[in-house]
Amino acid sequence: MAAVLLVAPGSRKASNLQANLRSADRRELVASHGPRLTKYVPGSGRWARFRRFHRRHVSDTSGVHRDLCAEKPFIATCVALALRSPADSQLFSHPADTGDRWTPAMAESSLESSNMSCNSSRLMYPSRNHTHSSMPLSKQSYSVLSAFCSEGNIAQCISYINQEMSSLGFPALCNELDSGGDLKAVSVLNNMYELLQLHRRSLRALEELETEQLKSASHLEHLKLCNSRLKEQLEQSRRESTGLCERERQLQMKVKSLQNCLKNEKEEVQKLQNIISSRASQYNHDMKRKEREFSKLKERLNQLLIDKKDKRLAIEVLNYVGRSDGKRSLWKTGKTEARNEGEMYQTLLNDYESRQKELLVENAELKKVLQQMKKEMVSILSPRKHSQKGETIDDSLDLPGSENEEEVCDSSRETLELSCEHAREQLTNSIRQQWRRLKNHMEKLDNQASLVQNGSLGDNEVISRKSHEETVEKLKLEIQQCKDFIQTQQQLWQQQLSCPCDDETAALLNDCYMLEEKERLKEEWRLFDEQKKNFEKERRNFTEAAIRLGHERKAFEEDRAMWLKHQFLNMTPFLDRNKSQSALKSPEASEVTVAPESQYHNAFSTPKAAPAKIPSTADLYRTLRLLPDHGSPRSQPKNGNWQDSDVILSRDVSAKSGFLGAADCSIYSLVGTESSPN
Amino acid sequence: MNFSEVFKHTNQLCRVSPDGKYLATCVQYRLVVRDVSSLQILHLYTCLDQVTCMEWSSDSQFILCAMYKRALVQVWSLEQPDWHCKIDEGSAGLVSSRWSPDGRHILNTTEFHLRVTVWSLCSKSVSYIKYPKACQKGLDFSRDGRYVALAERRDCKDHVSVFVCDDWQLLRHFETDTQDLAGVEWSPNGCVLAVWDTCLEYRVLLYSLDGRLLSTYSAYEWCLGIKSIAWSASSQFLAIGSYDEKVRILNHITWKKLIEFEHPATVSNSKAVVYKEMERRHVGGCDDLTLHHQITLGGSLFNTQSKYEICPLPVQIPVVKPDSDRANPKVGISSMAFSVDSRYLATKNDNMPSCVWVWDIQRLRLLAVLEQTAPVRCFQWDPRRPRLALCTGSSKLYIWSPAGCISVPVPVEE
Repeated sequence: MAAVLLVAPGSRKASNLQANLRSADRRELVASHGPRLTKYVPGSGRWARFRRFHRRHVSDTSGVHRDLCAEKPFIATCVALALRSPADSQLFSHPADTGDRWTPAMAESSLESSNMSCNSSRLMYPSRNHTHSSMPLSKQSYSVLSAFCSEGNIAQCISYINQEMSSLGFPALCNELDSGGDLKAVSVLNNMYELLQLHRRSLRALEELETEQLKSASHLEHLKLCNSRLKEQLEQSRRESTGLCERERQLQMKVKSLQNCLKNEKEEVQKLQNIISSRASQYNHDMKRKEREFSKLKERLNQLLIDKKDKRLAIEVLNYVGRSDGKRSLWKTGKTEARNEGEMYQTLLNDYESRQKELLVENAELKKVLQQMKKEMVSILSPRKHSQKGETIDDSLDLPGSENEEEVCDSSRETLELSCEHAREQLTNSIRQQWRRLKNHMEKLDNQASLVQNGSLGDNEVISRKSHEETVEKLKLEIQQCKDFIQTQQQLWQQQLSCPCDDETAALLNDCYMLEEKERLKEEWRLFDEQKKNFEKERRNFTEAAIRLGHERKAFEEDRAMWLKHQFLNMTPFLDRNKSQSALKSPEASEVTVAPESQYHNAFSTPKAAPAKIPSTADLYRTLRLLPDHGSPRSQPKNGNWQDSDVILSRDVSAKSGFLGAADCSIYSLVGTESSPN
Repeated sequence: MNFSEVFKHTNQLCRVSPDGKYLATCVQYRLVVRDVSSLQILHLYTCLDQVTCMEWSSDSQFILCAMYKRALVQVWSLEQPDWHCKIDEGSAGLVSSRWSPDGRHILNTTEFHLRVTVWSLCSKSVSYIKYPKACQKGLDFSRDGRYVALAERRDCKDHVSVFVCDDWQLLRHFETDTQDLAGVEWSPNGCVLAVWDTCLEYRVLLYSLDGRLLSTYSAYEWCLGIKSIAWSASSQFLAIGSYDEKVRILNHITWKKLIEFEHPATVSNSKAVVYKEMERRHVGGCDDLTLHHQITLGGSLFNTQSKYEICPLPVQIPVVKPDSDRANPKVGISSMAFSVDSRYLATKNDNMPSCVWVWDIQRLRLLAVLEQTAPVRCFQWDPRRPRLALCTGSSKLYIWSPAGCISVPVPVEE
């Protein structure tokens, strides 16, 4: 087996010699390791010893082979093989990375697998090549050999060869004992064969070495290539580096120039600033000079005007009018000056006083707010504290402080009016503390809330929501009811207001709404009627009395006439006069008594119910907070005066506010802003 | 709103008396006084020349008519139509004439600001005040009419003199720390005098009535500074409008900046309302269907009808780029006014000439922006209510109130 392996790369011819193989491989091995076996003694123990050696050797050589194959760089092998057998190159024409895995595997398989035919077929070509190439060599050797041996010196040759052979460790060609020198054909043949084998092996070794050399050459080439490439790279990078250096230099130059520029610019700026400032100062100076001149001129002009005694400069007044305050003008004295000063300070003082008052009021309000806030905070915080008394250390630590604060708070409240500095400080401090605590509390609550939200969306909440919804429903229902109620009320109001002509309904409504009043009125009316009746009666009496009186008067008149006639006839007129006057007085008196009746009547007349301002539905709703402001359902940032139909607004305003104002621009007034749509 | 017939006037001289009963108009050299309620002519006065300035006295009894070219001032009385008064400034010339708050003195400023002459109608006395400064607002009477502050220039330094109006006595005289004083203005309560520097320096100085310097405020340096200043009616706020298109509001206690109102080209404040004036031609039954037609046709000035529309935010406001080469660039807050209740502040930025900004002082934020089609000429608050009227030189009057915005076409016969 091992022999086959070793022979396999050799040739096909080896297989033809299978019959001799057993003996052959012995010799072959001996030949190949000839130098080591020089002291080989043919004998009985020879075979066994050889076998032992053989085994060792096989393992040895196979190891060598394996190492050789494994260690060879792939590229070298590849190139070598390609060079040697172009026909076979297709096998190795794979790209480097695939082939890398290929060849060692193959080499190994050629060594170890039993698939001989496959391997031998693959490696057949090189061997054939080899045989061809060895042909001329053998010929040459033959010719040399022929020159070496001739008919005459056969014996010498034989002995020489024999010596040589024996010195090389081969078995003797001829028997030395019989110096006749005839050759032992078998040993000669064997030697020949072994020599041939040796030769072949050496050739193979040579070939291998050549391959090796080729490989190394290619490797070298490759390395050279690499080297040149790297050199190129180096060159390139050198060039680049020089370029970069150049660029850097340029940039540095640029920077330098720019710095110079900057410096120049700075200098320029400085110069310009100096120029500006100098110009400004010059300008100011000139301005001042000119102004001085100007004022001098003015002065001069003024003087001229005064000196000139301008005739035209005058006032013509028909007669002087009095002052608007009716006082006479006063002489300018120190007293008036003092008065003016006083008045001025008075004004200032008043202003400051009013401002102080304002500030005091504001302060008081702010204090009130502060106080209230504090109170509320305390009230909010205190129950929590009690509930969580033992819960956290912080709270328990806080507690004494808070009590103290409450005291402070009380005391500060007392001293608040005095606005004592100390108390104020305490108050603010306590407020701050409370606020901090409140904030902490809020944060805690927030955390809890978030925890609750994250942790459990349990049934609890669902139920509460349900109940919540229920209550909302209930409240909605209630609202609806209220609305309906208000609606009906409103309708009634409207009816009552809008159609007073509808007597029946009005009466009905009046009955409904003013029953009590009506009752009272009726009572009064009844009383009034009674009194009226009384008066009527009295009046009748009076009229009857008057009629009677008239009759009496008539009679009396007649009597008087008679009497006058009589008197006239008798000429005594003075006796009856008093009597007639007293008679005339009586009807007057009756009238006087009647007069109070009418007065009384007036006084008693029931005053008409005052036209109380009846609120509109909108107002009602607004007060009940059932509706948002009527005018601005979309929370327009206006004051809600949109229902004013007189104001002409642009269409978009109206659209935005939900109010459709008249688009006519010609008649309008802004006066009616308070008027309601009713 | 009712409209009277159209009255002629010249030099835009048309004034309603302080008590609101009379209306005075000047037509060339004639002065016509009408009753406001009936619009009947009550008096007709004839001046010596074309009137250039006209002013009612505070008690509505006298009217001052100044003829600057002839350095003449004529005063007319409403109670006594035949009473007359003529003041001749002579060769000194006249550049400005005004009433003192008591309505019995006239302050004339002569040419070149040589002096201020105080003429009295009660006595023959004449007072001169020398060195008045020619500046933006060199003279200001306190609201109660008791004091007058006058900016002066002496020895190349700014001074302020405070006079008592009763007897024209000098109350206080102090030098101010200004480069070139531009104006003085009393707070409405008459206790604080705001003094501001020229536009080259941003500086506001606040002086007490007794001449003490209360505070100095400067927002920035080097750039063009203050352009306008306004006190709130409550004396609580002082608004300072500057060339950087911002309004800064100082409080009256610390005189520190309370807030800064910017006037950005893009309004994106969600709480502000932007009213945009939209013009269209007026046709009898102004339908929306015919709107396009009318726009394409374009309208003459008097036929257009305009209305306000609320623009969805953000809104881009047209900005005029100021010419930086020229002096007094058209940029910055040129006019500001507080409403009478000090709740609102109206401002106008010169490089957004067609816009008026209304700020809510209570909430310290932008409330409304009124974008007109033409540059706003002037705006004024209602003296009683928070209501702003503005005009743009068209035949329409615009009114803003917290409730909304309207445009009113003024009927004019052509």
